[in-house]
Amino acid sequence: MVWFDICAAADLQPDSGVCALVQGQQIALFYMTATESVYAVHNFDPFGQANVLARGLIGDLDGQPMVASPLYKHHFNLKTGVCLEDGGVHIPVYPVRVDNARVYVGMPE
Amino acid sequence: MKQTLVVIGNGMVGQHFLAGLVASPEKDQYDIVTFCEEPRPAYDRVHLSEFFAGKTAEDLSLVPEGFFATHGITLHLGDRAASIDRDQKIVTSAKGVSIRYDKLVLATGSYPFVPPVPGHDRKNCLVYRTIEDLEAMTVAAKTGKIGTVVGGGLLGLEAAKALKDLGLETHVVEFAPRLMAVQIDEAGGAMLRRKIEALGVTVHTGKNTSQITDGETCVNKMCFADGEELETDVVLFSAGIRPRDDLARSCGLELGQRGGIVIDNQCKTSDPDIYAIGECALWNGMIFGLVAPGYAMARTVIADLTGTAGSFTGADMSTKLKLMGVDVASIGDAHAKTQGAMVFTYQNGASEVYKRLVVSEDKKRLLGAVLVGDATEYGTLLQYCQNGIELPENPDALILPRRDDEAAPGLGPDALPTSAQICSCYEVSKGAICSAIAAGCTTVNALKAETKAGTGCGGCVPLLKSVLNCELAKQGYEVNTDLCEHFAYTRQDLYNVIMVEGVKTFGELLAKHGKGAGCEICKPAVASILASYWNDYVLKTEHLSLQDTNDTFLANMQKDGTYSVVPRIPGGEISPDMLIVLGQVGKKYKLYTKITGGQRVDLFGARVEQLPTIWKELVDAGFESGHAYGKSLRTVKSCVGSTWCRYGVDDSVGLAIELENRYKGLRSPHKIKFAVSGCTRECAEAQGKDVGVIATENGWSLYVCGNGGMKPRHADLFATGLDRQTLIQYIDRFLIFYVRTADRLQRTSVWMENMEGGLAYLKSVVIDDKLGLCAELEQQMAHVVDTYQCEWKTTIEDENKLKRFRHFINSDQADDNVVFVEERGQIRPANGEERKHFKMLEVA
Ligand code: SRM
Ligand SMILES: Cc1cc2nc3c(=O)[nH]c(=O)nc-3n(C[C@H](O)[C@H](O)[C@H](O)COP(=O)(O)OP(=O)(O)OC[C@H]3O[C@@H](n4cnc5c(N)ncnc54)[C@H](O)[C@@H]3O)c2cc1C
Ligand code: SF4
Ligand code: FES
Repeated sequence: MVWFDICAAADLQPDSGVCALVQGQQIALFYMTATESVYAVHNFDPFGQANVLARGLIGDLDGQPMVASPLYKHHFNLKTGVCLEDGGVHIPVYPVRVDNARVYVGMPE
Repeated sequence: MKQTLVVIGNGMVGQHFLAGLVASPEKDQYDIVTFCEEPRPAYDRVHLSEFFAGKTAEDLSLVPEGFFATHGITLHLGDRAASIDRDQKIVTSAKGVSIRYDKLVLATGSYPFVPPVPGHDRKNCLVYRTIEDLEAMTVAAKTGKIGTVVGGGLLGLEAAKALKDLGLETHVVEFAPRLMAVQIDEAGGAMLRRKIEALGVTVHTGKNTSQITDGETCVNKMCFADGEELETDVVLFSAGIRPRDDLARSCGLELGQRGGIVIDNQCKTSDPDIYAIGECALWNGMIFGLVAPGYAMARTVIADLTGTAGSFTGADMSTKLKLMGVDVASIGDAHAKTQGAMVFTYQNGASEVYKRLVVSEDKKRLLGAVLVGDATEYGTLLQYCQNGIELPENPDALILPRRDDEAAPGLGPDALPTSAQICSCYEVSKGAICSAIAAGCTTVNALKAETKAGTGCGGCVPLLKSVLNCELAKQGYEVNTDLCEHFAYTRQDLYNVIMVEGVKTFGELLAKHGKGAGCEICKPAVASILASYWNDYVLKTEHLSLQDTNDTFLANMQKDGTYSVVPRIPGGEISPDMLIVLGQVGKKYKLYTKITGGQRVDLFGARVEQLPTIWKELVDAGFESGHAYGKSLRTVKSCVGSTWCRYGVDDSVGLAIELENRYKGLRSPHKIKFAVSGCTRECAEAQGKDVGVIATENGWSLYVCGNGGMKPRHADLFATGLDRQTLIQYIDRFLIFYVRTADRLQRTSVWMENMEGGLAYLKSVVIDDKLGLCAELEQQMAHVVDTYQCEWKTTIEDENKLKRFRHFINSDQADDNVVFVEERGQIRPANGEERKHFKMLEVA
């Protein structure tokens, strides 16, 4: 696991998403204020086949943090990447660390 | 061998008979022939007045397309049966067609009675029975100012409303000392009179017309026996009906003393091969001037022809009227003629309500009732009366007003026996409805389609609905109206909470009334309510995270993650210079360009980081956001109108632009579309929009709650003859009432379909201010109009907001998954196959 310094914590959007380019990968970063958590998933919506998840609405369903794709509204669990409508589909998720007001994402070596 | 069955008259009852017969298993036993004197086959006379509300002859038709051909029925249209030879069994028509019959059905209906006063056949002296009569009224009303109805009965008052709607000063002249003497008692009649007069109709009772002569200021003058006179342009006779029994008379069938073809319980006349049904028939000394008894007679004849037992045993003459916005109902023995009957009366002078119950001597059965001013209990009382249900201990509780916390003593649908008739037009019992529900009909519309209940006069729909809800509840269906798991409220509840408590942010609302972190359902819904009410900038920090991506980026996301750009083009009017700007921007950013279905231009394929610069160029050139991304006003479509069009009656483009500029930016439960047409040719298709306006000689006509899209709905005519100011006032109220009370993502069409009381209720709120809300609604709209801002202009002026318009926060690179190919000289998103080949293509 390698940690990459992505951006300042202040660059995150409260209760919303932004997208970062990390090692050629598009990573969607979400900052949920209610739990003070930051989540990172891949930006690609496997149903809509487009890089749009960072622009989806976030919130929780059954207590699990989720993002709803802006294209066809599929929900993905932000912790596990599993699609709530279709358990067979999941998107990559990445660990996130906030240190000294900087945001780091961990990627496999 | 097939027998020949001839039906004379293709009116409401004749057609009901044919439809029932061809649906029965015995249909193949007969060759069917029908004579229809009118120029068109059967139409809905009961709803004839809706002709003035814009319904066409086709809308009113009761005959499905291809009906006669499909069922092999020979129709002689526009041909009157002129004689019957009972010995030879031959019917001969006015056009000379002769048919030998085995069985004959007379369904010749009735004609309006015109008192034989001198001058009754003068110019503009008309009756109210056929579509042709209505056309004649329309012509007469064009040149006249005053109209008078002779006859203050059920039909007369309906005719008076028609005259009023045609823009005439309206009078009703009644011979009896009160209105609707047949149906309601004296006190009820007096209350009704006050209400009708409050609507601007002058009522003259106890007036005997002695002659009609030349008028001085009008076409006609009516002279009364008491010496008084009334100048009027149009005279409309509605003094009762007379059975059309001339044919029967000339072939020697038995008639009643005062007319009507005598029938027995099988609806047979004095000739066993001839039946008579509908308004021409006299049963037990009675003529039934309503459609439901006629339908029952038609069913009886079908049963008799097909050998099943069935008999006509009289019919209920209860009526509920939708008169000029005045509720009037009469049930059973309204005049308490039954031996020993007891009467309970409730009268409220302030709110002009009058109710009367007629109860049997032992206080156990309801015999009759009269309701004026408020007929909400009609359905319940009718059930008590028809089904002989035992009354509660204090019967007057049924009509006494209740305080809010008291439950209505109304009959739960559970209390009704299975045999209770819910719909009298189509004779549908509670049992039939319950089986349809069990078979999967879970909405009122499904029930209507399956059982036909509620599709006649419509009076039974509220009861139908409560039977449905009650059954669904019993089957364990729970109708959950919660917005989502975060808020146990409906959108309407939340709207009220926000308004009453002055809540300004989602966070505040969630903390006070919700739970969890929210989702993609409640966030945009609450954002929309906040925007409708406070009209803040939607990208304000505290609202930003609530918006759908389209609202966040003020553009519509396309399938590949790029966006479209739709500047506002109010009313569809655009100068060549502005068109050139659009062309230049499209060319510069290599956008795909298309004319939309809403009379404007859409530019596709803009990447998120290009949106601010594209919009800056557009805003600098004078364009504004078109809100194509919002649940808000979209377009106001216009036709070219009187400025250029040879038929144009008024300036439709000018009005469309004014309306679009007034309501642009209004956030609503769903998108809203308008259109304005310059004349009734309707080139702007206003009757398919949420709000449609059509110019007429008398002013603007306003239509509401139309829809194109998935389930098209014709808009309802809401008001006519409006000047600009009143028009805008009504639209203001209409829109805010919609914004306040609709569900999330509910178009005005569905909102209307679900509204208790429907169009009449909406009119009473918006036009008559029944809820006393209008000033508030207008004020709220004024706030929205006053605080309008172009969201794109605000956004490009704010460095902070622009930060979001980048694909990556840590790189200026573009999304490499966006790939375009060329087609017909423009770009389009590459498909999967093409993507593989063009992977490396540079994207501008
Ligand atoms: C661009 C346009 C098609 C075109 O190229 O002509 C269009 C495009 C879309 N329409 Fe439409 N509609 C367009 C005119 C219409 C019309 C015609 C009209 O307005 O006269 C209708 C039928 C009229 C009506 O709404 O009553 C129409 C009925 C719909 C519906 C069905 C609504 C319904 O009540 O059944 C949807 C789906 C929805 O809203 O849920 C829809 C949804 C959409 C969406 C938003 C679908 C989506 O989520 O991506 C499309 C995206 C627009 C974009 O990206 O800019 N669009 N759409 C038209 C834009 C008009 C404009 O200038 O703003
Ligand atoms: C404005 C209006 C409002 C009404 N509102 C209500 C209401 O709210 N509720 C209600 O229950 N009822 C209402 N009615 C009454 C209802 O319309 C009648 O009860 C119903 O139409 C009777 O049907 P019918 O077939 O007997 O007669 P009709 O519908 O009159 O049909 C008879 C047909 O036979 C034709 N005909 C007659 N003689 C011949 C011939 N010799 N050869 C060929 N054809 C012939 C006639 O031209 C006519 O088309 C209303 C009526 C009117 C006019
Ligand atoms: S609706 Fe009437 S006024 Fe408008 S363009 Fe068509 S014909 Fe002309
Ligand atoms: S009672 Fe007339 S539609 Fe049901």
